[in-house]
Amino acid sequence: MPTGKGQIGPELQRLIDLLAKLPGLGPRSAKRAALYLLKKREPVMRPLAYALAEAADKVAACSTCGNWDSIDPCAICADAERDGSVICVVQDVGDLWALERAGAHRGLYHVLGGLLSPLDGVGPDDLNIGRLVERARAESVKEVVLALPATVDGQSTAHYLSEHLAGCAVALTRLSQGVPVGGELDYLDEGTLAAAMKTRRPA
Amino acid sequence: MATPARAAGRAPVRFRRLALMDFRSYARAEVALDGRPVALFGPNGAGKTNLLEALSLLGPGRGLRSARLDELPRVGGAGGWAVSARLDVAGEERRLGVGAAASAPDRRICRIDETAAAGPAALAEHVRFLWLTPAQDRLFTDSPGERRRFLDRMALARNPAQARAAADYELAMRQRQRLLDERSRDEAWLAALETRMAEAGVALAAARRETASALAAAEIAAGDEDAGFPAADIALEGELEAALDAAPAAEVEEAFAERLRRNRAADAAAGRALIGPHRSDLLVTHRQKGTPARACSTGEQKALLIGLVLANARALALSARFRAGASAPLVLLLDEIAAHLDKDRRAALFDILDGLDFQVFMTGTDKSLFAAWGARAQGFAVEDGGLTETTLT
Repeated sequence: MPTGKGQIGPELQRLIDLLAKLPGLGPRSAKRAALYLLKKREPVMRPLAYALAEAADKVAACSTCGNWDSIDPCAICADAERDGSVICVVQDVGDLWALERAGAHRGLYHVLGGLLSPLDGVGPDDLNIGRLVERARAESVKEVVLALPATVDGQSTAHYLSEHLAGCAVALTRLSQGVPVGGELDYLDEGTLAAAMKTRRPA
Repeated sequence: MATPARAAGRAPVRFRRLALMDFRSYARAEVALDGRPVALFGPNGAGKTNLLEALSLLGPGRGLRSARLDELPRVGGAGGWAVSARLDVAGEERRLGVGAAASAPDRRICRIDETAAAGPAALAEHVRFLWLTPAQDRLFTDSPGERRRFLDRMALARNPAQARAAADYELAMRQRQRLLDERSRDEAWLAALETRMAEAGVALAAARRETASALAAAEIAAGDEDAGFPAADIALEGELEAALDAAPAAEVEEAFAERLRRNRAADAAAGRALIGPHRSDLLVTHRQKGTPARACSTGEQKALLIGLVLANARALALSARFRAGASAPLVLLLDEIAAHLDKDRRAALFDILDGLDFQVFMTGTDKSLFAAWGARAQGFAVEDGGLTETTLT
């Protein structure tokens, strides 16, 4: 008899189908994950189910910056220690985490939730842009840093944002491109080296 | 004979051994090479071009036929294939190998010195191929697109970063067109994409200009010494390329972005961008006659084309990147090149090739085509999927 879906109970099949929708998982790895969960029912599966339910109930996008958190405004926006005069614009929360990990930015953030891409059907209305312009108009804000990827979509989104922020009395900056910290010139690709040379500064 | 390539700081590369397994018409073939230029002769369909293709696959890209991976295994073979070579690079032996396993025919395997390479791009650090095939014979009469690609391939060989500009331009152009197709009136969004197009487009045009002027300089340097190969005047026909003559890049970018802005309605109606470096053309003129290449005879066109490829090889050998050792040594693959040339031109070609410091592989249907090369080249008769070494005289 062939092994088809019929041999897996509906509850388990549903779990596998849902797991298979996660990024990085396919049908096979989803099966493996489901079997693992069943084996680790008490130490992993029930806590995971509880964590999923809690996150689904409580985590939401911060109404100010778009960061995910269980409180609104989020912990970063609510942190009085942070410099409210600088807003760093990022594509996604993952980028916010990267900057936080580096401890490079002590100001606030703004999460766009994607990049403009007509071919992918992502337009300005799909991104958290209106709220950014609103925030940049506030008197306390002095600088907006566009920390977007150095790709065509990233750079055209940055350009679009700078047009829309032109009316606000803020300094617009973007991340510079060039030699990575601890990097050897010899190992850099030509494009990066050229960019580094173009944006050189007095030593 | 002028030999500018010898002045280059880069040591030449020589193939010492080439082995094919289940590749195209070859079940198994192995040849020992002694570093002289290689002449392959044999009847049509004997597998001469397959051999050149095998070589070209030892570089990045899809080889001189732009073949898909599933076209490469021998019909009737197990489904896998392999091409391997031993090269002498500045006195050191390098082993390069490409192929695919029967179990994963759509995954190209690249090996350098018997260890897996990160990808085909890694091969480009060891050897690069320039080629001329009969498919390019119609270059001067074909659409401008073919000539643009021809020029862009040459520009790419000079400066690999140019690939990025070309890809960025293409993407920004497609994104803008999608917006125009959707009748978007978002001024800022369109302007953002047009700025990207302008930046990448001007970089692209500048790289082409640099290549064209290096080519022109190499043509002039060659002068009358390339007996039998007519000198060509090279010009670029393109708005951005021309604008860069008169104004600095930043101004040209701004003007191009502005032109795109004014052209939105027209581009929307046409369904494509009507201006830009994706519309440029490479114009080649027979210098002595003053006739455009497309109006020249078939043989003359072939001679012009060979002259261009040789000029490109020289220009590359003289380029700063090459001399600094930043780009890999070159190997020239010339497929069926002798067919359109008379005896004197063939002899002149062999002399020129001897003067270049690149290893050359040539094919032709008949041994007599290579007679004038004599002992200066290594000859192989190609027949029934096998190779036999033969003297050319």
